[in-house]
Amino acid sequence: MTIPLDSAAKLLGLLASGELTARQATQASLDRIAATDPEVGAFTFVNTEAALAAADSIDQRRRDGQPLGALAGVPIAVKDVLCTTDMPTTCSSRMLEKHMSPYDATVVARLRAADAVIVGKTNMDEFAMGASTETSAFGKTTNPWNPSLTPGGSSGGAAACVAAGDVPLSLGSDTGGSIRQPAAFCGITGLKPTYGRVSRYGLIAFASSLDQVGPMAFDAVDCATLLNAIAGVDASDSTSLPVETPDFTAGLDRIEGELRIGIVKHHLEAEGLDPEVRQAVDDAIEVFRDAGAKIVEVELPHSDYWVPTYYVIAPSEASSNLSRYDGAHYGHRSPVAASEAGDRGPLVATYCRSRGEAFGAEVKRRIMIGMYALSAGYGDKYYVKALQVRRLIRQDFDSAFQNVDLLLGPVTPTPPFAMGEKIDDPLQMYLCDLFTVGANLAGIPALSMPGGLTSNNLPIGIQLQAPPLQEAKLLQAAAAFQRATDWHTKRPL
Amino acid sequence: MLSVDQPYEIVIGLEVHVQLRTTTKLFCRCATQFGAPPNTNVCPVCLGMPGALPVINEHAVQLALQTGLALGSTIPPMTKWDRKQYFYPDLPKGYQISQFDLPICDGGHLTIADPADESQTRTIRLIRAHLEEDAGKSMHDEANGRADSRIDLNRCGTPLLEIVSQPDMRSAAEAKAFLTELKLLLTYLDVSDCEMQEGSLRVDANVNLKIEKAGDTIATPIVEIKNMNSFRAVERAIAHEAQRQYHEWEETGLTIKDRTKRTFGWDDAAERTVPQREKEEAADYRYLPDPDLLPICLSVETVEATRVALAEFPAVARQRLQSDYEIKAYDADVIVNQGRGVVEYFEAVAKGSGDARRASSWIQQDVLRTMKEQGKGIADFAVSADTLAELLGQVSAGKLDNARARDVFQHLLEKRGSVAEAIKALGIESVDAGEIESLCQELLDANPQVVEDVRGGKMQAIGSLIGQAKKKNPNVNPKQFREICLQLIQSAG
Ligand SMILES: [Zn+2]
Repeated sequence: MTIPLDSAAKLLGLLASGELTARQATQASLDRIAATDPEVGAFTFVNTEAALAAADSIDQRRRDGQPLGALAGVPIAVKDVLCTTDMPTTCSSRMLEKHMSPYDATVVARLRAADAVIVGKTNMDEFAMGASTETSAFGKTTNPWNPSLTPGGSSGGAAACVAAGDVPLSLGSDTGGSIRQPAAFCGITGLKPTYGRVSRYGLIAFASSLDQVGPMAFDAVDCATLLNAIAGVDASDSTSLPVETPDFTAGLDRIEGELRIGIVKHHLEAEGLDPEVRQAVDDAIEVFRDAGAKIVEVELPHSDYWVPTYYVIAPSEASSNLSRYDGAHYGHRSPVAASEAGDRGPLVATYCRSRGEAFGAEVKRRIMIGMYALSAGYGDKYYVKALQVRRLIRQDFDSAFQNVDLLLGPVTPTPPFAMGEKIDDPLQMYLCDLFTVGANLAGIPALSMPGGLTSNNLPIGIQLQAPPLQEAKLLQAAAAFQRATDWHTKRPL
Repeated sequence: MLSVDQPYEIVIGLEVHVQLRTTTKLFCRCATQFGAPPNTNVCPVCLGMPGALPVINEHAVQLALQTGLALGSTIPPMTKWDRKQYFYPDLPKGYQISQFDLPICDGGHLTIADPADESQTRTIRLIRAHLEEDAGKSMHDEANGRADSRIDLNRCGTPLLEIVSQPDMRSAAEAKAFLTELKLLLTYLDVSDCEMQEGSLRVDANVNLKIEKAGDTIATPIVEIKNMNSFRAVERAIAHEAQRQYHEWEETGLTIKDRTKRTFGWDDAAERTVPQREKEEAADYRYLPDPDLLPICLSVETVEATRVALAEFPAVARQRLQSDYEIKAYDADVIVNQGRGVVEYFEAVAKGSGDARRASSWIQQDVLRTMKEQGKGIADFAVSADTLAELLGQVSAGKLDNARARDVFQHLLEKRGSVAEAIKALGIESVDAGEIESLCQELLDANPQVVEDVRGGKMQAIGSLIGQAKKKNPNVNPKQFREICLQLIQSAG
């Protein structure tokens, strides 16, 4: 029998009925990884032994009639930005190349509690900084649709391993679009939840006020199942929201009430928006109109400031969050530093050398930007100003959601781009975030789902955004779209 | 005030770091216990491990609030957390979580006795008090040509309240008086144990001089003397630094306009202030509001409830002892300055014996002297307040004279037990009136000169008989003896 690694829902059905064991599902996933990963390079670590042991334990407990978690026996991959006790946690950086975390991230602990089988850690842009997974210190991940293209980033590995059919589910993290953009490039569904909906404890920080962990899968239903397992308040994360977690899988078969969908005309007419992407958005609008939704034009007056605001706030927080990697306590310590201490003294030499050796170019660039933006004399001009603009951006969304339930638009300005195409042009790379960073700045939930294919047979993503805590609405709309279309069923090759 | 031998005025502002008396750290649940083996009271949060997040210890906030209210600070409705960023091996995150522009306590003051005139008081204004986490400790082992540095992070994350005064103090003695009164207040509030040798109270002093010259006032450059952990050190360091600055000014003529603030340390052995390695520019801490922690909003109700529940301040206790127990200001001061335990002890003895003045005098002389000799606190004192009250009650009732009472006290100190047991063990028996009368008669008969003197109005002449009486019967109460003698002389006359 073919093991359906492209659907957690199907796997759960087979596992529950006893037609399939967790070991078989896990072994199938491991075999698939062995077959695809030499080319795709989605994984930084595959935890073969532990995954099989976990699967066996689940099978045993099922045989014993013991209660099992909601994801019992489903193979899952987690982005290497999430702390795990049984696998290295590297953030795809030389700095943490050998880092074994002494604790599990809350989301990882919740996956284990749900009896998901964690098969490995996925590749990413170093410290989640990038839009192509080319800044990983451990090699690039390729797009399963075409190995000459990037899978997007920074959760490129998390998106590619699903697209390659290695696992039905993965966890990514999204600071400025890092779940949604690779989901769009790899033709899968990805959700960035409301800021605070999912615990950040154990998510290695890039920009703390923007980061959020979220589910990646082929369709909205599986995303909902995974979100159920990881969402909820966490006493270890002060910013996690003390709200109830609804059952996100409930009511996915219908849309409650009249759906009003907002379109930001300014975005659809943006310079640099690829015509094929634009066409996919127009087609998606029609799909919703046909399903009875009301389409409303709305304004987000400060959207031109999204990218500049983001590129002040995110590097500022990053420069602070990455200070801890100084060669003294954990991570890479330069062996050369001691011998060349010179005038700076051994301590400063250790800091400079260790950071100089272990951080990649993009991480250094952002640390420098952040240091500058926060430094005396510039803090008010850049950082404080950016915080003020951020408030205006939030107000824009608040106003827009007075009139509509959801916003619909593109995820990315272009279809997947080629490896190496933008890596030497940071500004071009930063523009990949044009449509996605708004949701992070405003803290609202946003989803990317497959909405078409280019003439070259490459995936195009459609973005839906909702008011805070309205993930259920997003997933309902995506599920409705996926009932009406078959883009999410398209596979590479 | 300028004098010939001190041709300048010293200007002193203090920054006092107080370790708050919580059982766990400021942002995690690790113990704050002093003296644990290195790196044992640590967890991912206080080690700044990648992915770990801080969660506020509300008890620390409560203690800070109590302190601020006792110091007359304004408590703003909202206070927030900031990151103060610098690289230091004691600081595992690369930043310290502190409070920058919105501290928990704003303003305030502390009234002290004026060391120049004990009958006057001085009010020292405060700028602010803010909460912050402590850093770890580096230990350098340079013995035998080694250059080992070891880092103990047990202290990382210990809650500190930094109390910052205005530069209102004008002498080392005033600085000491401020610190003494502050320490007393903090221990009355029970917000800190103020154990200076354990680092629970550490002081930085900002010092400069105002020199009058040809009708002009010249200010010397400010020096911050860091990290002093005894009042003696503070007093001496300030005195030394004032001299040093005066000599420096005489040599260089540099004023506050010519030089930025410098940092000095206090070398206790050499008894001098020594410059610490100077940074080329002022430190740029690149403050950033901590995105991992929510601002703290203290409601008016919380603040008022805390205010109502505050323990009695030393200044209030001094007034109350004078009015409730009719003891002198000086005596109230001595008792209050010994700490809340001694005040409570005094009140119990005063109430139990019904003789507050006797209680005050016994405690100041016998109790405090013994405590000092034994190096013990009042909590460990051998004679309980109830026991002393009973003893003094007997003295007041004329059953024991002071000398015999001291014998009883000494016996109680050594053997503990009850007053009755001590009296029995010492063979003190009350002598019946008939027996005393015959003793009086016997001695009067043998000393006709005394009878003559008393008749002539020299009542004190009886005193010479008391010693003889005690020799014949040590249990004779001198007061009773005197009265009976007088009666006999009068009745005979
Ligand atoms: Zn801790």
